[in-house]
This record gives sequence, structure tokens and C-alpha cells, in this order.
Amino acid sequence: MIGKICGTGSYAPSNYWDNNDLAKMVDTSDEWIRERTGVVRRHISVDDTTVSMAVKASRAALENAGVKPEELDLIIVSTITSNKIIPCAACEVQKELGAVNATCFDMSAACSGFLFGYNAAQAYISSGMYQTVLLVGSEMLSQIVNWQDRSSCILFGDGAGAAVFRPAEGVLPPCVTYSDGAKGQVLSCESRHQKGWEEKVKEGSTVVYMDGREVFKFAVKQEPAAIRKLMELTGEKLEDIDWFILHQANLRIIESVAKRLKVDMAKFPTNIHEYGNTSSASIAILLDEMNRKGMLKEGQKIVLSGFGAGLSWGASLLTW
Amino acid sequence: MLEKVKNIVAEGLGVDVAELTEETTFESLGADSLDLMDMVMSFEDEFKVEIDTEAIGDLKTIGDVVKYIESLQ
Repeated sequence: MIGKICGTGSYAPSNYWDNNDLAKMVDTSDEWIRERTGVVRRHISVDDTTVSMAVKASRAALENAGVKPEELDLIIVSTITSNKIIPCAACEVQKELGAVNATCFDMSAACSGFLFGYNAAQAYISSGMYQTVLLVGSEMLSQIVNWQDRSSCILFGDGAGAAVFRPAEGVLPPCVTYSDGAKGQVLSCESRHQKGWEEKVKEGSTVVYMDGREVFKFAVKQEPAAIRKLMELTGEKLEDIDWFILHQANLRIIESVAKRLKVDMAKFPTNIHEYGNTSSASIAILLDEMNRKGMLKEGQKIVLSGFGAGLSWGASLLTW
Repeated sequence: MLEKVKNIVAEGLGVDVAELTEETTFESLGADSLDLMDMVMSFEDEFKVEIDTEAIGDLKTIGDVVKYIESLQ
């Protein structure tokens, strides 16, 4: 058995900040941000929470799939910005949806979260443990971004994306995943829920710190290698892949990965101009947009690839 | 090595290799910090070296890159 995505959904708060709004907060400009990141605007929550965004994306995905909430037997929410410690965001989503038959838990793998969640959903379905699975990536990064750091605050935004899986005949293809905790310090944010948190807030470590150069280098070096490894393990060829759906971290990273793989950028859809980097939500939002635009045709081969804090990264192959 | 560095710069920035000399600055070619990072990774692959990200800010010209890589080899 294999999990087949039978519906997608996404949601972003209607409120947005464009680059000129950020130029009023930090020393930057629209041109500078566009050239270096590809971001034009990012949606910023006014009254949404990580859970409320996840619920809206999930409702859209269930409707798109034609699946009733009570049919779900597993809900996984991938997030690093849950508004509650307990219960987990997935249980809160369950409550709102009325998905009374689902088992629910959260996953934390930052920008690789949707990819790792995808693999987890596949593993559960192919093992037969669960059948109908809702996977959601939801992030309210605006509450952990350092709005005084012009090198990182320009990148991030809020949003959620979801996918519903059902079992289908098939064999799960190999996937490629990696983690390198020893390099975790290049992209980090301390929790405010710990002893001595007041001190950590004062020293500024409870907001996102990013060593942009190191992260860029990591992504541009490891992503092409992971995708090539995936091709090797699955026996696929780069030229036979219809879409490369990458985590929307930075347009320049995606362009650099495409160049290094020698694959036309037209096969790398992007929406970072609209949302910025929404961490674990980004792949799911993009997948939903492509699905609703009719860009995804049955039988198309798609590479999903995520990379980010951990460090963590990987790539999976799916057939639409 | 100079020729290889020039070729990587020409390809990375989409400029004519004939226009590049040791004295050419990356700034004059309109390269920003991400372009430079991208080329640094190509230099690393080509010359099998590890370029310290802290040192990248000092690489202003093509000649600087050649000298820096030679010092690593």
C-alpha cells in the first residue's frame, strides 16, 4: 500500500506586509529584498493562530478530497510555532474539525517538516497502521521572527497548507532524508518555555537567529546532492521529473539548486513572492496552488524537497 | 587557475569571460553577496577546497580569489 494525496488545501491571513512596510521597520528596500530573496510580500496574522490557520487549510483539503472529518484516523500537524504546549496543535485541529476517530500528534522539523511529515504519513499508511491521514504544515513565524534583524526578518511569513491521504495500490519508493544536529546553531531559536527564559529574551535568543551565508551554502550544496541521490535510489532520471516542489526558503536558493541540477527553472514552481518563507507550510501551500490551478496531472512525477533548521533536509518522490 | 576562476565567474554572472582580468572587482560586475556565495561553492567544487565563509567578505577581485585558493592548496 501507498498513500495517495486525494485533496489539498491552504490558508494565509488576508493581512500582508509588503517590502515597503518592512523598509519602515528596518534599514532595507523593496529592491534589495526582491533581488536577494524573491519575496514581494508576506502574510502576517492579525487574529489567526497556528491552529486556526491549520483548521482553515484542513477544511479546504477535506472538501477538495471529498473526505469527511470522521473518516480521518490520523492527523499530523507539523509546526515550530504552536500556540499551545499542550494539547498539541493536531488535537486542537481535531476538535475544530470534529475528526473524532483520529489519533493526533505534532511533528517538529522546521522547514523540512512537511517533507518529513509526508514520509511519516506514507510509512503509517504503507504499514497499514492508519488509512486516511491529514497532514498539515502551519506556521505563525511572525511571532518568533526577530523584527530588528534586517537580514532575516525580510524572509518569513505566516500560513498553512494541508493534504489528505488515502491508501492506494502501490509500493512506497525510497526517500532520502538527513539531519545534522552538529550544525544546528546556524539556524536557531530558543523556547520561551524554560527556566531562565527572561534572561534569554533579554539576550535576544528567543527569536530566530540565522547565519544566512551558512544556511545558503548548506541548502545549495545539500539539496542537489539529495535530489541526485533520490534519482539514484528510485531509478528515475532528472529529465523525467515533471515538477520539483522545493521548500520556499529563498528564490535565489531555488535558482541555484536548479542550475546545479541543470534542470530548467520552469520545472521549479515558486510562490515565495507572495508568502515569503512559511517553513513547514511552504511545500503544502505550493502543492495546493498547483493542484487548484490544474497543474498536477495524474501520473506526473514530482520531487518534494525540504531543507532547514536542524539542520535537516531530504527529498521524496511522489506520483500524482 | 586564473582561467578556471574566470570561467566560473563568467558562467555564474552571465558575463563575457574576455572582459575579466585579475583586477576585475565583483562589485563592478554587479554581484551581490548571494552571487558571491554561489560562486564560492563552484570554486570549492572545482578546486576541492573549503572556503571559510568569514573570508568571503575579503574576496573583492578575481585575483583575490586566486590568491586565497592558492593559499589553501
